[in-house]
Amino acid sequence: MVLFGEGGLTELANQENETIGIAVASRSRLREIALKAGLGLLLALAMAFIALPVLALFLRSPLPSIAEALHDPVVIDALRLSLMTSSITTLIVVIMGTPIAYVSARFSYPGKELADSLIDLPVIMPPAVAGIALLMAFGRMGLAGHYVSSFGISIAFTTLAVILAQVFVSSPFYIRQARTSFEDVDIALENAARTLGASRTRTFFYVILPIAMNGLLSGAIMAFARSLGEFGATIMFAGNFQGRTQTMPLAIYTAMQGDLDVALCISIILVAFSFAVIVLVKVLTRRVYKRC
Amino acid sequence: MLEIDIEKSLRDFDLQLRLDVNQGQTLMLVGDNGCGKTTLLNLIAGLDRPDRGRIALDGRPLFDSDLGIDLPPEARGIGYVFQSYALFPHMSVYDNVAFGLRARKMPEEDIDRRVKKHLKEAGLWEIRRAKAADVSGGQKQRVALARALIIEPKLLLLDEPLCALDVRRQAAMRSELRETIRACGVPCIIVTHDLRDVVSCLLERGRVAMRGRAEDVAVWGGDQE
Repeated sequence: MVLFGEGGLTELANQENETIGIAVASRSRLREIALKAGLGLLLALAMAFIALPVLALFLRSPLPSIAEALHDPVVIDALRLSLMTSSITTLIVVIMGTPIAYVSARFSYPGKELADSLIDLPVIMPPAVAGIALLMAFGRMGLAGHYVSSFGISIAFTTLAVILAQVFVSSPFYIRQARTSFEDVDIALENAARTLGASRTRTFFYVILPIAMNGLLSGAIMAFARSLGEFGATIMFAGNFQGRTQTMPLAIYTAMQGDLDVALCISIILVAFSFAVIVLVKVLTRRVYKRC
Repeated sequence: MLEIDIEKSLRDFDLQLRLDVNQGQTLMLVGDNGCGKTTLLNLIAGLDRPDRGRIALDGRPLFDSDLGIDLPPEARGIGYVFQSYALFPHMSVYDNVAFGLRARKMPEEDIDRRVKKHLKEAGLWEIRRAKAADVSGGQKQRVALARALIIEPKLLLLDEPLCALDVRRQAAMRSELRETIRACGVPCIIVTHDLRDVVSCLLERGRVAMRGRAEDVAVWGGDQE
């Protein structure tokens, strides 16, 4: 039997505490390593899930065939139509959406919640449903189309229908972003401009708009990209006619039924464009004015 | 001379005020947060609307509920220095100060001459090209004051002009501010929390609770406890 003095007992207790402390520390380090490894694995899986299909697209289409596809009249027509309609759509969305977003950000009015929900509705509405809805509204026998067609104007299955479908699905992307950007502009800046003698219009163009510009630009780019990729509403409301309503996504769908290589090449062009858009949005949204 | 006789229902209380501020006189408004100090400045500046009453500056009504007069902020000719200074972050110091003159469509040469004078007087000429967001707190305060004074206002409103500065800067800026206000010679209303500033009017829940010197207000505050 070994007897310990008081000091010996304390030392033993200290040693025990130290051993327990080391064990706890190593367990917590292990947990941390396991957590990091788990998160890393999750991130790698997510990256692979997104990157693999994109990589497969590039691996399946050699460069010469992409160059060749760029001379295909179907591809040229689709590319031209897509760029033209998406540009017009973006212009319309910006001109109409900017005042709507500003009013929504700054003012209260009866039915504001309902109006905001209605603006956001196309984001969650399935594109095919949007196409049928547009057809029911602006088709030859539609609610508004009925009156328009009495003047000899037909909207459905024309390039105008492509633009209307794109405006319908892409406008919320711009308006939501623009609304947030306007909300972020300090109301005191607006008030300061007014007390300094600037009218509401001058205040908007010289103070509010420049400060919100980065957000508006990124919203416009998102709307452009959404228009470029629009498929469901367009095919339902505008049809699929080469040179008139056949945009890039519709050309991919058509090519898939015949020549897979052409479909792959158009897809690569769209992927490259989408990637460039995302990079541009990231760069633009990074430049934010510091508050004074 | 500024004449105020207004009423406005706020969420927690009714603002009822009757005040006169003479030419060259400075009225300091002191009171707890939410007692209606900034609201009063906004009502005078036209950024908010009284329910009824009259606000007149040099005899000209800015707001008169009986006559249906309610001039917009840009037509009131009031210089307003906001609590946060509200400098336009995308503009340079020069463009901030020139903003009010450009809004008045003044010829560019006149603008340049006036801005130069004000920036030099405020010691800001060297930093005229700097973005307003990048200058120090004290410089921001000077830019805000120069921007409000360059339009030659008939009334000056300052909302907590020193609160965004650190304590050391406050002492220096307080005397600088006093000199600038005295020099411009227009009626001035300053909202403050700081009893070191000379106090002449104490607001409580939308009403003038007392007028007097700083010491009187401090004693009055003690009596209430």
